[in-house]
Amino acid sequence: MIVTAPSSPPVIVLENLVKFFGRFAAIRGISDSFAPSRLYVVLGDNGAGKSTLLRIVAGLLEPSQGSCTLLGARKAGEVAHRVGYMGHAPLLYDELSGVENLRYFAGLYGIHDDDVGRKAMLMVGLDPDLARRVGQYSQGMRQRLSLARAVLHDPELMLLDEPFSNVDVHSARDMAAVLGRVRDQGKTIFVVTHQAQLMESVADEFVHMAAGQIVRREPTLRMDALLATEVRTTR
Amino acid sequence: MSTSSASSGQAVAITRTTLMKDLRMEWRSKDAINSMLFFALLVVVIFSFAFNPTAEQSRQIAGGLIWVAFLFAAVVALNQTWARELRNQVLDAYRVSPAPPNALFLAKTIGNFLFVVVLECLMTPLFVIFYELRSIGPVWQLIVVALLGTWALVVNGTFFAALSIRTRSREIMLPLILFPISIPALLAMVDATTSILTGEASPDFWMKLLAVYDIVFTSICLLLFDTVLNAE
Repeated sequence: MIVTAPSSPPVIVLENLVKFFGRFAAIRGISDSFAPSRLYVVLGDNGAGKSTLLRIVAGLLEPSQGSCTLLGARKAGEVAHRVGYMGHAPLLYDELSGVENLRYFAGLYGIHDDDVGRKAMLMVGLDPDLARRVGQYSQGMRQRLSLARAVLHDPELMLLDEPFSNVDVHSARDMAAVLGRVRDQGKTIFVVTHQAQLMESVADEFVHMAAGQIVRREPTLRMDALLATEVRTTR
Repeated sequence: MSTSSASSGQAVAITRTTLMKDLRMEWRSKDAINSMLFFALLVVVIFSFAFNPTAEQSRQIAGGLIWVAFLFAAVVALNQTWARELRNQVLDAYRVSPAPPNALFLAKTIGNFLFVVVLECLMTPLFVIFYELRSIGPVWQLIVVALLGTWALVVNGTFFAALSIRTRSREIMLPLILFPISIPALLAMVDATTSILTGEASPDFWMKLLAVYDIVFTSICLLLFDTVLNAE
């Protein structure tokens, strides 16, 4: 694992971050910072504000109040080439094959080498020679391709929203291991997930959110907290 | 190479990549071209049954008729322009990338322009046959008016289609916004086409008006598209 100096500047600094949707406050005054080269797992109930927070950090949503500094920049657009984002939806074209999708998205980052897309597909366990269109992929394959799309430009910071949803346990473990290896190369990764156990062996820190706030950060997953989360989500 | 020329080169490359992607997807699905063709064909056939005009009458009414067919057919295609980007929220992948918003807008506009031009090429022989159309004025002027008029329709149409993608009834919103703002262009297209077909007046004024309209609205759309793309 790459160990960063204690003085390394944080990759994300949140200052009194607030986000309203109409009159509903999805994020309620978050002030926090996150060190580089670490794998953060963001946990919380549905509606806790995890995805909203990730979308604000990615620059897809403007905060109603406060600010988010990303890799030293006040605007996400200034560092867009250093950030990878994977959303809830696959963010892929159903009418194109996997390689065609990755070729297009690589082009948006100024990458015109087909090998980059092929390597990204191999990294997530997909066959780059698969001619099938994404519309005919299974949900799990879409998730894998979506992850490949998010990482194909080798970003320093990865923001991954539910990367394991609809993925079978075996494949999800493989993907978690891949993320661990990527972190070991010095990347910072944020994973929003409800499957915290999958990340237990690779995560550096668990960030718990509730009601639009970060309520706790801890280096290990406490089973009581996890059980409480599971009980709440299954009710 | 200077930074600005490098970034403009990058923007051109992204425009080309996005355009090729859209053309490939349209080639595979043929959604836009089929719906446009069907609509334009309906207009041509129904009006020819209703009027049964002489060659002289055809020249008088064809300007309006042709552009009504192309305008409504174009709206059908324009409504689908952004539908592919909304499915699976692919637009978010573009928004988080360093690619300039205007490259996306230009690619979409050029793509729509090509679709409508293809439609015009396919429909023109049918207009000639069904309405016994023979132009008295020079045909090259008709081609110039067709290109300028088509650009006027698609540049605004692409922009307003993007503006209405987050509204619930976007299929209705697009013509509601597009038609009023396109009135000067529509007037110029119809009058220029009629002037050329009948040979009774010079189309120069209308052609210049169309060219100015195109320049002004293309500039405005390019200036405002970033705001539209990132609007919540």
